[in-house]
Amino acid sequence: MAEIVFLVLSVITIGSAIAALEMRSLIYGSIALMGSLGGIAGFFLLLDAPFVALFQLVVYVGAIAVLILFTVMLVKRELIFKKIEDKRRKFAGIGLMLIIMVSIGAVFIDSGIKTITTDEPPVNFRDIGADFVIYYWPALILMGLILAGTVTGALVLARRVDVEVDERTN
Amino acid sequence: MTNELIDFTLVSVALLGIGIYGLAVKRNFIRMLFAIEIIINAANLNLVAFGRFLPHSGGQTLALFSIAIAAAEVAIGLSLIIVAYRMYQNVDIADFRSLKG
Repeated sequence: MAEIVFLVLSVITIGSAIAALEMRSLIYGSIALMGSLGGIAGFFLLLDAPFVALFQLVVYVGAIAVLILFTVMLVKRELIFKKIEDKRRKFAGIGLMLIIMVSIGAVFIDSGIKTITTDEPPVNFRDIGADFVIYYWPALILMGLILAGTVTGALVLARRVDVEVDERTN
Repeated sequence: MTNELIDFTLVSVALLGIGIYGLAVKRNFIRMLFAIEIIINAANLNLVAFGRFLPHSGGQTLALFSIAIAAAEVAIGLSLIIVAYRMYQNVDIADFRSLKG
């Protein structure tokens, strides 16, 4: 049963990752990206990490993908449907992709990873909470500050200065 | 729990390859951001998979940190896209040459 679920999830994840990059329309591309991120959340569930899976769904599928969709909508209509890529680079890119997949995959298959299996119970999510509060609390605070800083920075970057000046003169 | 670590690792390698292909071939700023997202997700999948098979809670903790930082990165990247689009009326990175200085 788990094998079938794994196969379906990997087809969804990898297929929609390719679709996100190759679809002509950016809007459909971002929806395909959403599917790929959701597939990763399914993998997390399969790995007995429900907390991370829910976090992935909330942050990626809920927030980031919607943010990307709204940004795509701000772009001109003809740019959304135009494919911008180097034709000459396409084959080189596919070759690079295949080289990376085959070489790293061969290294992994050849290494001792294949023999690693586990019968131990999965990590309890209470351990994650203890990790956060006991060991990584400075990193947690720093992460909160970084998030606040980046959101403020994004707002400042995206602000339209010209409109404000016009309004003030009016 | 019948799947093995190698299965998850190979899916992660495939996602990494697709992401690098997107970064190498695409010239659309937004699509390159998609590719970066795919690569980050491959890394997260690896973190959680290795954390499951150790088993140790560190993998999941690090994955949560990584997801949060990726959210910040996307916010900055999208605002940069909006600023560049406003300046050049285009999302083609070949047009952003003057950023070279």
